[in-house]
Amino acid sequence: MRSVLGDRKTILILLGPALLVYTVIMVVPVLVSFGLTFFDGTALFGFDFAGFSNYVQLFSDAQVRDALVFTLKYALLTTILQVVLGYGLALIYQFMLRKSSALIRTIVFFPVILPTVAVGILYSKLFQSAPVDGLANELLVNVGLSGVDWLGAGDTAFIVIVIMDVWRSIGFYGVLIFSGLLDIPDEIIESARIDGARGFSLFRNIILPSTLPILFASFIFSINGTVKVFDSVFALTSGGPGSSTTPLTLYMYRTAFQFSDYGYGSTIALLLTIICLIITLFIFRSSRRDNTR
Amino acid sequence: MSTATTRRLRKPVLSALALASVSALALTACAGGSGDAVTTFTFTKNAENTTTEPILQALVEGECKAENEAAPLEINSIPQAEIDAQMQLLASQDGLPVMFSAGGNPAEGAKLWEAGAIADLDAKLTELGVRDMISDGAVSTIEKLYGGAFNFLPYQYNIEGIFYNKALFAENGWEVPTTWAELTDLAAEVKAAGLTPLSASGEQGWPLTRLVSGYLFRSLGADALQKVADGEAKLTDPEYVAGAQAIADLGAAGYFGANVTSLDYDAATNEFLSGKAAMIYMGSWLLGNINGDGNQIGADNVGFFKFPEVEGGAGSIDDYPANVGLPATFAAKTIDDPNVEAWLSCIASNYGNAALAQGQITGFKATDDVDLPEISQTIADEISNSSNSVLWFEALFNAEASQISSTNAALLVTGQLSAEEFMTMVQTALDK
Repeated sequence: MRSVLGDRKTILILLGPALLVYTVIMVVPVLVSFGLTFFDGTALFGFDFAGFSNYVQLFSDAQVRDALVFTLKYALLTTILQVVLGYGLALIYQFMLRKSSALIRTIVFFPVILPTVAVGILYSKLFQSAPVDGLANELLVNVGLSGVDWLGAGDTAFIVIVIMDVWRSIGFYGVLIFSGLLDIPDEIIESARIDGARGFSLFRNIILPSTLPILFASFIFSINGTVKVFDSVFALTSGGPGSSTTPLTLYMYRTAFQFSDYGYGSTIALLLTIICLIITLFIFRSSRRDNTR
Repeated sequence: MSTATTRRLRKPVLSALALASVSALALTACAGGSGDAVTTFTFTKNAENTTTEPILQALVEGECKAENEAAPLEINSIPQAEIDAQMQLLASQDGLPVMFSAGGNPAEGAKLWEAGAIADLDAKLTELGVRDMISDGAVSTIEKLYGGAFNFLPYQYNIEGIFYNKALFAENGWEVPTTWAELTDLAAEVKAAGLTPLSASGEQGWPLTRLVSGYLFRSLGADALQKVADGEAKLTDPEYVAGAQAIADLGAAGYFGANVTSLDYDAATNEFLSGKAAMIYMGSWLLGNINGDGNQIGADNVGFFKFPEVEGGAGSIDDYPANVGLPATFAAKTIDDPNVEAWLSCIASNYGNAALAQGQITGFKATDDVDLPEISQTIADEISNSSNSVLWFEALFNAEASQISSTNAALLVTGQLSAEEFMTMVQTALDK
């Protein structure tokens, strides 16, 4: 076995086709996209070299700034809610439900496998205000408050989007962190209980430190996913009303494919890539610092 | 011979064979037909268009049966928002379908004309001897929209105005308004009676911006938006902002009903057709719904009046906002194929009649005499009597300005954007 895998030529032949396919499909388009950031034009009339004008436009474009703020606002809020509530769910599975948690886990996980567009349509009907009130407004009216045009203003639409995405992913993070909780040896918890740790102190001193690795993994996973949000926002509000719920991905899609401005769209994509890179590096650095304690 | 040498020979031969077969497979994909005769009449349309396909199917089974046998009709649908980008991409790859619909932005369609990707229908129809089957009003609208040439077929020809509920007007003693002031007074009375004065879809956006352009054409003249397109005027000029302000005032007074932002197109038309709204600004494509089963107020109950004039304005009440819906065009590459010419000739000669038989008014002349429902006859008469047509707000905008205009229209009428801010946003996109 070692003689096969130790031989350079063999490795090349085994890896070659897959590496070639990967390079052609993944790496080459990324490089072409980076190259496009220095050009201006359309597919129909050709591209002209434009130097750094796309970058200059990027820094002065108010819409990019709004989209960036929205993306970061959304990513942070959704990540925190998803992971924290997922953690809470995991604790419920482990300590409250114990053996009977399998059924609850499955039911709560169900929204994760639903198509995002279907969930978007579901929520647009739930929070409908015209022509008839949806469920949310009906509840408000029954309690005595007045209905709200949820998708009619940027702030309320933002709330709906966050609720929708947290509802959708909470089952996933619950199961993920639950697997981390299962790894904690029972003896440690037993001995901590004997030492008098109860409830919150048990959580803070034993459970939380043991699950830090999986917690970090969840944060990275979540933030990388939420920074690149597209389908749920597109399905629910299409970026509207106006452009108040337009994340960077949607703005990039519009610029490149609807306004046919591939050069500037590629520049926005580059900005998004750099943001994801920075976030991932930041989280990796802080996680590495913790492990060496 | 030792097994070592045979093994050494087999490996390179096998790998060479593998490489050859893989590249052969890859190359067959590239061997697409260039210069082949057209054997399928491919038509790519926007998915939202439900009016053209039934007429074409009627032609397939009727007058164009022979042409269909030579080159069968094959219809593909893609979302309207993506047609412009898709067709431009296909044009750059020389892979356009034989016939395809325009996207929502005439400016993008005009780009295809500049690039020489679409056919000159004026020349081709004259060559085929069927040029006179297209109505002149439709041709002039097309020339205004698509780069000054007749290069799109008017499968739809619509005029716009305000449809109203005759019974409600009679019951409450309301009169058809002819000036803007009369319209706003009427709207106040309708609102006081507990109904929605004007039904409009904020989610779509364009029903609201149609009102803005209607006002601008009446107050500043029929060339109001052509001046903006030519750069002689800006949307941020005070007289243009006043137009947006007039519509914002309607919204502020609540004349569009509650929650106009989330109302989609079907819900808005249903508001009118179920009697909850007294009026709706719409085009003659609504005739399909009016004469159809979903009309709860009855087709005889629907009236039509022109967009009112603005007192002291330079425009005339007889300037009709008209459009050709989403017309279709032919790729320049395949237009000279005999099968395509046969199809084009058959469509030009028979589309008008086939459409009228299904109650649709198009830019093709109809030679048959058909009994139309009263409201359709009213519209048909108005069309034949119309002398001057005007376009609409986004007609001459680029894709980005059009997008910004339609997505922010609802914010204008709900007061979240001031008229000044709205016009500034659109003008900024126009200046790009």
